[in-house]
Amino acid sequence: MIRDHSGRLPLAPALLLLGALLAVAALASIGSGAYDLALMDILKVVAGREASDPVAAMVVLEVRLPRFLLGFLVGAVLGVSGAILQGLFRNPLADPGLIGVSAGASLAAIAVIVLGGTALGGWVTLAGQWALPLAAFAGGSGTVILAWRIASRAGQTAVATLLLAGIAINAVAGAATGLLTFYASDEELRSLTFWTMGSLGHAAWDDLVLGAPFMILALMAAPWLARPLDAFLLGESVVGHLGYRTATVKKVAILVVGLGVGAAVAVSGLIGFVGLVVPHLVRQLLGASHRVVLPVSALMGGTLLVAADAIARVVVAPAELPIGLMMSLIGGPFFLGLLMRRKVM
Amino acid sequence: MMVLEIQNLSVSLAGTEIVSDINLTVSAGEVLMLLGPNGAGKSTLMKALAGELPYRGRIRLAGRELGGWCPGELARHRAIMPQSVEVNFPLTVEEVVALGRPAATRRCVDSVAETLMEALEIKHLRHRLVPGLSGGEQQRLQLARVLGQIWDTRQDRLLLLDECTSALDPAHQQMVLELVGAMAREHGVAVLAIVHDLNLAAQFADRMVVMKSGRCFHEGGSSEVLTPSLLKAVYGYRARVIQLPEGYPLVIPLASGSAQTAPLNPVCRQAS
Repeated sequence: MIRDHSGRLPLAPALLLLGALLAVAALASIGSGAYDLALMDILKVVAGREASDPVAAMVVLEVRLPRFLLGFLVGAVLGVSGAILQGLFRNPLADPGLIGVSAGASLAAIAVIVLGGTALGGWVTLAGQWALPLAAFAGGSGTVILAWRIASRAGQTAVATLLLAGIAINAVAGAATGLLTFYASDEELRSLTFWTMGSLGHAAWDDLVLGAPFMILALMAAPWLARPLDAFLLGESVVGHLGYRTATVKKVAILVVGLGVGAAVAVSGLIGFVGLVVPHLVRQLLGASHRVVLPVSALMGGTLLVAADAIARVVVAPAELPIGLMMSLIGGPFFLGLLMRRKVM
Repeated sequence: MMVLEIQNLSVSLAGTEIVSDINLTVSAGEVLMLLGPNGAGKSTLMKALAGELPYRGRIRLAGRELGGWCPGELARHRAIMPQSVEVNFPLTVEEVVALGRPAATRRCVDSVAETLMEALEIKHLRHRLVPGLSGGEQQRLQLARVLGQIWDTRQDRLLLLDECTSALDPAHQQMVLELVGAMAREHGVAVLAIVHDLNLAAQFADRMVVMKSGRCFHEGGSSEVLTPSLLKAVYGYRARVIQLPEGYPLVIPLASGSAQTAPLNPVCRQAS
């Protein structure tokens, strides 16, 4: 491979390659599924022209396109969130799951599924079909705020405490989820299991409208963090020495992650490994500067999730594998391989 | 002209007073070396000056309280080199130097960064990844970043160095302190440095402050401060001090005095 003095790929060709991969993944994602679509029909529908197959327009616009967009947004948010947290914690093992966001969001969602008929009946009647995503979003953001409160003392936020708080929150949320699973009926269990394995299967414009604003907001705020996060790589005290407001940077970073991941979990369930693996890969190939890592992680995370989603629909067609399961199946061994080659950093 | 004024500074950590009632000034162009045994409170004092710890008393930079500066402006007037900076992520030497110079854009070559990398002999390492560098190379890199941070500022510049030569070989220690000295003399930077090597301190200090148990023990020129009696009182260290014709003292450690006074280890006696 062509690498420069630092063993990195040059940025422009790497971006071009990723863009091309995204285009391929997009076409594969929109083209694959229970209903067969011709490539020309997809291109015609996307371009706003009449397709030869009348059903094609409906399938593309109502089913596949929102699914592709949602998949890309969720993947991008997970990739960026992982990159932000790894920089903030100066730890290449940080992941959006780590500070409890995903666990909190999933607990709230599962509570709605299991207790929707009884204890949370009022909430379900009030919020209707939005009850579950809204609850997941609130659960995710609530957990971030809780962890943040615990870690904040006397105007300072200890990153190590935040991490420990996240671990404790994860444990508690995991136990509570287990308890709910225990009380769930067979039917609830089925919907719950699919949800904890992550899925883009329900993706529709409704979900997109609900989740996209938060995810896009998070993605747009992220570049502001690039320079201070680079400073974080030299240590938390150096951030202040270099003239950044450390407390503000941490607050914005946590908010971006909480907002983005909360919304992502709300619309797609638990999808692991994107946040862990993607920033690793980007740093391996293009270096650790966050001005590169953040945008490229978004692009690569989105591409990866869209591609995985396309594969998930093909391998066991006409059924589909849950995307979270798919990601863990690909991501786990891949990450282990990286570890064995000691290339992780 | 005073760049740094410290009045009645006290710092407490977890209820214990680590630094008590320190009064210090550093003027433009002056190199003040901070000496003292481990745990004397030197680094804590440095952290208070770096804005990392809450403190009582006053710290004024160019006549203005530290809290009255906006962070970005302060960073262009006050640069801090911490005792150690550990980089675990694959940043290059060039990228780390650039972190100290946010105003320089990525596209055009930053001549200051080039000059500093050249002066600190790390230019040939510019594309190397920082985690793979030796301790001494990393230390010179951090110094380059820190110096670059205040390079473009016209006046009222303060450089805080916490053991900036600890990982360097003797030749690089000389080189680095000569560079720091030149920054002070020629560019009017006020330097406050913690140095453990007494002879390096003697060679490069305009003035010395010795701390013990969080307080200022003695202050003065190197010949006044580095005397056998003071070294014994502060460090419990026996040394001979020779005045060199170059104008600064040389400290030569003597065999530990404890050999004469301490009783022999009974276990050893039995064995013999």
